[in-house]
Amino acid sequence: MSSYLIMGGRVIDPASGFDAVTNVLIEDGKVKTLGSASPRGYQVIDARGKVVAPGLIDMHTHLREPGKEDEETIASGAAAAVAGGFASVASMPNTDPPIDNEAMVEFIYLQAKRCGKANVFAIAAATKGRKGEELSEIGQLVRGGAVAFSDDGNSIANADVMRRVLQYAGMFDKAVISHCEDRNLSRDGVMNEGYMSTVLGLPGMPAIAEETMVHRDIMLAAATGSKVHIAHVSTAVSVELVRRAKEKGIRVTTEATPHHLVLDETALRTFDPNFKMSPPLRTKKDVEALRRGLTDGTIDAIASDHAPHSSEEKDVEFSAAPFGVIGLETTLPIVLTELVGKNVLSLNEAVARLTLNPARILGIPRGTLSAGAVADVTVIDLDKEIEIDPSRFISKSRNCPFAGRKLRGCATVVLVGGRIVSGGNG
Amino acid sequence: MRPEIPIEPKPGWNRRHLLGLEELSADEITLILDTARSFKEVSTRDIKKVPALRGKVIVNMFVEPSTRTKTSFSLAAKRLSADTVDFSPSTSSLSKGETLKDTARNIEAMGVDIVIVRHWAPGVPLMLSNVLKASIINAGDGAHEHPTQGLLDIFTIRELKGRIRGLKVVILGDITHSRVARSNIWGLTKLGAHVTVCGPATLVPPFIEDLGVKVSHNVDEAIADADVINLLRIQMERQKANLFPSVREYSRIFGIDGERMKRTRKDVLIMHPGPINRGVEIAPDVADGEQSVILKQVTNGLAVRMAVLFLVAGVKELEGEERA
Repeated sequence: MSSYLIMGGRVIDPASGFDAVTNVLIEDGKVKTLGSASPRGYQVIDARGKVVAPGLIDMHTHLREPGKEDEETIASGAAAAVAGGFASVASMPNTDPPIDNEAMVEFIYLQAKRCGKANVFAIAAATKGRKGEELSEIGQLVRGGAVAFSDDGNSIANADVMRRVLQYAGMFDKAVISHCEDRNLSRDGVMNEGYMSTVLGLPGMPAIAEETMVHRDIMLAAATGSKVHIAHVSTAVSVELVRRAKEKGIRVTTEATPHHLVLDETALRTFDPNFKMSPPLRTKKDVEALRRGLTDGTIDAIASDHAPHSSEEKDVEFSAAPFGVIGLETTLPIVLTELVGKNVLSLNEAVARLTLNPARILGIPRGTLSAGAVADVTVIDLDKEIEIDPSRFISKSRNCPFAGRKLRGCATVVLVGGRIVSGGNG
Repeated sequence: MRPEIPIEPKPGWNRRHLLGLEELSADEITLILDTARSFKEVSTRDIKKVPALRGKVIVNMFVEPSTRTKTSFSLAAKRLSADTVDFSPSTSSLSKGETLKDTARNIEAMGVDIVIVRHWAPGVPLMLSNVLKASIINAGDGAHEHPTQGLLDIFTIRELKGRIRGLKVVILGDITHSRVARSNIWGLTKLGAHVTVCGPATLVPPFIEDLGVKVSHNVDEAIADADVINLLRIQMERQKANLFPSVREYSRIFGIDGERMKRTRKDVLIMHPGPINRGVEIAPDVADGEQSVILKQVTNGLAVRMAVLFLVAGVKELEGEERA
């Protein structure tokens, strides 16, 4: 295995608070040291003028394998991930069949290993078949490598089932990830319920469909003492509920997606299905509240909720299109341009929300550049100008809400376990 | 051999599509209404046909059942001497896995000038206008807009009241699911009417006040000084979706009957986009009563649709044809 000297970059490691221009030595797949020394015998990665961060982690992706391999595979998703700067992704279990037994979890790891791009960490179903009825074999799933539990888009409607999932997963100190949506309230909605849904005549999903579930899950987390992670928080009230819960010491964490942090429901005037996702794009006020939550630390992580769909399914009437947009190859440039570039987050805070924080939530040994850590590294060029062109994505799908955007900043080199998996050579 | 084309090409119109009334200016709406008035006169002649759109091909693409709108558009096209083709989902490829865009492109490849589209999904007319070269006319897209219905309602009000500005118009019924309500609201408010929407709280959508209307849940209060009451059809499936308790209760609380008519202005206009549910939102004696203008709306619909087809088809080709 090659040894690398990542030379002269601004090294940011939120775990230790380190932020200085220095060299990073990589040996045997691990970070050897940070420091000004530049010994011989190492392949040099020139990072002068660039940022060297722990390998980025996207804690919320959908890789569609098994079941929808025309939209994405573990291999194509992992390749798209490293192209977008992510050394690791966590994959959601809403495949067909769902990831609800040990063998299937091992299958995810096997497929990821075969393609040799990003690390893929499996999130397993919290209940059998993601039906919200019976607990899945959480203990065996943990043995197979599951890092967290979630029924993903199927919010667990039965509060007693959710309580048992939290209690049981708590034994293994695993987070339960909740897509908070009361389906009785969101009904047949396809967008945020509000002024825009009234104008466009599209059925709405009210904010309370999310908020009542956020509230319930926080209360269940408090009652069980277990960890709940609120996926893709999207409303101002949800952010406030999480903020207050954290103040009380309840073990709740949350993430937000780039699209919820940057876009609002007015984008739907075009009736473009690439703006259709669940939770839906909300109002400008919600976007502002999310950004405040990101700034003050209420929102721990930024995650793409990468949800590939084939064009024949997605590029249809807005009402008929499935929910979801892709994000692996746009998240970092969006964060750098729209959040760091507009002073919502400092660069260090942004890096923490894409590395250390998701690593902690998932309990995975990643997200830091401290000596001895696995050498997952992302080198970022803050000045590189790019234009989002979905036709050039590595992902198999094209359902991107940021097509045509001109952005500044992207990953240039990604190392996973001390191997260059993207970029390099220059 | 035909009568002279009665319309001088009007400046002030440069739209290839009619997707909704939201994007139109008051002047553009007035232009359509004035053009429609000229076309209405054509309908009174012995020979009701003008050669304005001779050689044009118009397709009626109705991906949702419709009787009167489709018939009205067909007749309007025929009176303008256009060739018309019908396209409905039962005989189309839409059920065979072909996407709407592909179907539309195929139709256009046959050389179509105007596509009149009715679809259950909001936004389909806009989507088609982005992929087709033909002019698109929205004949109703889900609960979004039904611009020609809004125009014919406004035309009828203007014809009978002589103005729109300052009139009090009540739109009564299921506002949430009504494209007719939305198009009326856009058009009427742009022309200076005072619009109140009235219906059960479960069937009035959020933030509708931001469209410049008042909201009421009290029918008698709302209609007391109304110049116009536009009744919307109540769909029975909304009751199954738990949006109102029963047809009987709806009829009692929100229906307009003879008794209630006594408490309105004597010159109030009763309108309805049809098809009406007799005995539900409107009592038979009201539907057939002196204040009802429901059939006048249908007649005017023809003139309005002729005007819209004429305007979007553009005047250039028409002049070329005359010289030929």
